[in-house]
Amino acid sequence: MQDRQVFDEIFGVGDGQRPELGALTDWIGQMPVADLKRRHDAAEAAFRQIGITFAVYGEEEAAERIIPFDILPRVFSAREWASLTRGLEQRVAAINAFLLDIYGERRILRDGIVPADLILRNPQFAAPIADIRPPKNVFAHICGIDLVRTGPTDFFVLEDNARTPSGVSYMIENREAMLRLCPELFAMFPVQAVDGYPDALLSTLRSVAPDRATNEPVCVLLTPGPFNSAFYEHSFLADNLGIELVEAADLEVRDDVVWMRTISGPVRVDVIYRRIDDDFLDPLVFRADSLLGVPGLIAAYRAGNVALVNAPGTGIADDKAIYSYMPEIVRYYSGGEALLPNVQTFRCREPEALAYTLDHLDELVVKLVDGSGGYGMLVGPTSSRAEIDRFRAALKAEPHRYIAQPTLALSTCPTLVEDGLAPRHVDFRPFVLTRADGITITPGGLTRVALREGSLVVNSSQGGGTKDSFVLGDPFLTQSQSLEGMHQSQILPDLFTDPATGGRA
Amino acid sequence: MLSRTAASLYWLGRYIERAEFTAQLVEATLRLDQLAARPAGSEAWSSALAVATATASFEATGAPLQPADVAQYLLLAAANPGSIRSCIDAARHNARAVRTALSREAWLSINRAWISVRGHQHLRDSERILNLIEEVKADARGFEGALNRMLHNEARAFIALGTAVERANGTARLLDVKYHLLLPQGEAVGGAVDRDQWTGILRTVSAVTAYRWLYRQGLRPWLVADFLILRDELPRSLMASMERIVTLLNRIGQRTGMQGEADRLARRQRGAMRGTSIDSLFQGGLHEYLGRFIGDIADLDRAISQQFRFT
Repeated sequence: MQDRQVFDEIFGVGDGQRPELGALTDWIGQMPVADLKRRHDAAEAAFRQIGITFAVYGEEEAAERIIPFDILPRVFSAREWASLTRGLEQRVAAINAFLLDIYGERRILRDGIVPADLILRNPQFAAPIADIRPPKNVFAHICGIDLVRTGPTDFFVLEDNARTPSGVSYMIENREAMLRLCPELFAMFPVQAVDGYPDALLSTLRSVAPDRATNEPVCVLLTPGPFNSAFYEHSFLADNLGIELVEAADLEVRDDVVWMRTISGPVRVDVIYRRIDDDFLDPLVFRADSLLGVPGLIAAYRAGNVALVNAPGTGIADDKAIYSYMPEIVRYYSGGEALLPNVQTFRCREPEALAYTLDHLDELVVKLVDGSGGYGMLVGPTSSRAEIDRFRAALKAEPHRYIAQPTLALSTCPTLVEDGLAPRHVDFRPFVLTRADGITITPGGLTRVALREGSLVVNSSQGGGTKDSFVLGDPFLTQSQSLEGMHQSQILPDLFTDPATGGRA
Repeated sequence: MLSRTAASLYWLGRYIERAEFTAQLVEATLRLDQLAARPAGSEAWSSALAVATATASFEATGAPLQPADVAQYLLLAAANPGSIRSCIDAARHNARAVRTALSREAWLSINRAWISVRGHQHLRDSERILNLIEEVKADARGFEGALNRMLHNEARAFIALGTAVERANGTARLLDVKYHLLLPQGEAVGGAVDRDQWTGILRTVSAVTAYRWLYRQGLRPWLVADFLILRDELPRSLMASMERIVTLLNRIGQRTGMQGEADRLARRQRGAMRGTSIDSLFQGGLHEYLGRFIGDIADLDRAISQQFRFT
């Protein structure tokens, strides 16, 4: 069944089994496919009942879909997780240090580590807020770092999502589904709980509240509204954090203070977990045509009266043009080599890289620097002649808009498909929270799976699905990992959620 | 609670009630059409359109005044903002926007209704029509049941407030249209069609049996009016709706410390109703009374939306 040239998350590579997962391979081997299918169907039926759907952009509102869910989990050992955690903490700490620097002293530019024009003339560089220091000096409170794997210890960062990463509701709801549908797996393995995430997120929000409100800060989640494709996740999180889910029209700014309109009068807001992009935050500062924004919000932020999570301007850190400098950036701020390497990247703005890319289009993945969701992307090995020619022309016309990367042999994971089990490529997005005083990583994340045979594109808008991601505890230490006294019963037993639309392949 | 959340909950209550009311209206009309000793014919359907305030918009579609066409328009037409489909769509949209304020069961019941209405396209025969109506009624009951298991907080109060306002409005329109049609000036009451017509009114407000328990004299038009207007034992009567509105506004006021014009209007209306009798309503003209009542409900709706800053 397995292509043994490619690392498999469950079966390993070649003859190199993963001994710690023996019980799981036995379980998979003994489980009739019909039984898996039944459990899978029960999960998707629950999806529809609960209405955990997402709208694909460009389709009618009526065309709400559920994201496919796969019943077979992927598993990280305690050792793998410990090493990933170190790499993630290092990377996210560097991202925050980088943001604080380029919106401050700009030492890294003076030291010539990153070309100044690449930062200062980048559309993601938020000039209007370049002089504002965010409360407690944290810019990227919530990062979703996309990782891919090619071997037992070979993890690469594919992308840093430092704006408004989505998909965390899957981490929690997929687990709820697995607990219900495959309880025996949890007896078999010491799987670490993921339901501490909402509490960890709430404490992250509270930790960056302006000083005047540190006792009982009012936190809200700002959503673009029910038509946004990730709306389910917004309402799920607001519900689980116990904070108001607000739209821009619910907020107003008077004398640099943000208020929300309630039935008992205006209530002062201290922390805004915003799930709308920078461009739409404040029509007075960013896009004047934005109906989603709150006029005066940036002035209130500048006055230190409200914390924005994530802070405006973080887009510069996950820009695809900056990505290729991340190893240098991490080294610059952490003083050591990046524990999690990048995927090799050709910056097409550089003539040599462009020439190489044009010569090897049929082996490379080419991406728009400002594209997302798997749109504007060429996967050379699986593309037609015509598609390659189209990209060739586009590359020649505007080379600075593209980067290229080698096609990686992404790891696979056994997945339930039409004719039984088959290996399908996966990636992984863990969520890293940065509080005023430290970093929290919930042991789990979003595993996306490319359901089409051979496909490397895992985006939900492109036929991707999700899986649960087990992180095994040290068998002697499992109980100590749960966060901040969160109990299972505090999480609504909703199944699933809508997709990671902010996601980029 | 956010003002927008309160507005969505209030309208959620109104739309679910309106959907259920329309379902019962069509069911009663269908029965009237089928059972009448003399065929009730197109008059029954045109009055159903009038009760649903859809006469003009239905005419504009150019469709014939046939049972299947009217039923289709009242139940499923996306172009009719008062159709069950439109109401359920709007209810779900509101519910989705304020999902965090609803219990899981309340949300599930609305989503189930939405999925079920979406499964219906063309209502070729009365069996299909009745199937759809049964489903909508069952879903509305499911929603009401879920509400009764929710915390008695402001969220529930705003939904119930919307339900009560919509009920008062619906019952008043039903009575006004039917009474006007059934009892032209100076004409004697009696006969087979009338009996079926009056039963139809009671059926629309789920009160056929209840009427028999309360009034031993048999069907009398003025008693039906008394029942639907002034008896607070009937959950869909104007009196019961007003009592409910006053209570709910009080409850919200206690929690938010906000009382205002809406409370004043509601209490005034209730006070006037408590102090009147069906005889004096008839003397002043029932149609005039119901017209004023419907206007007062519209004022109350406006006062609610101002008081809680809906817009």
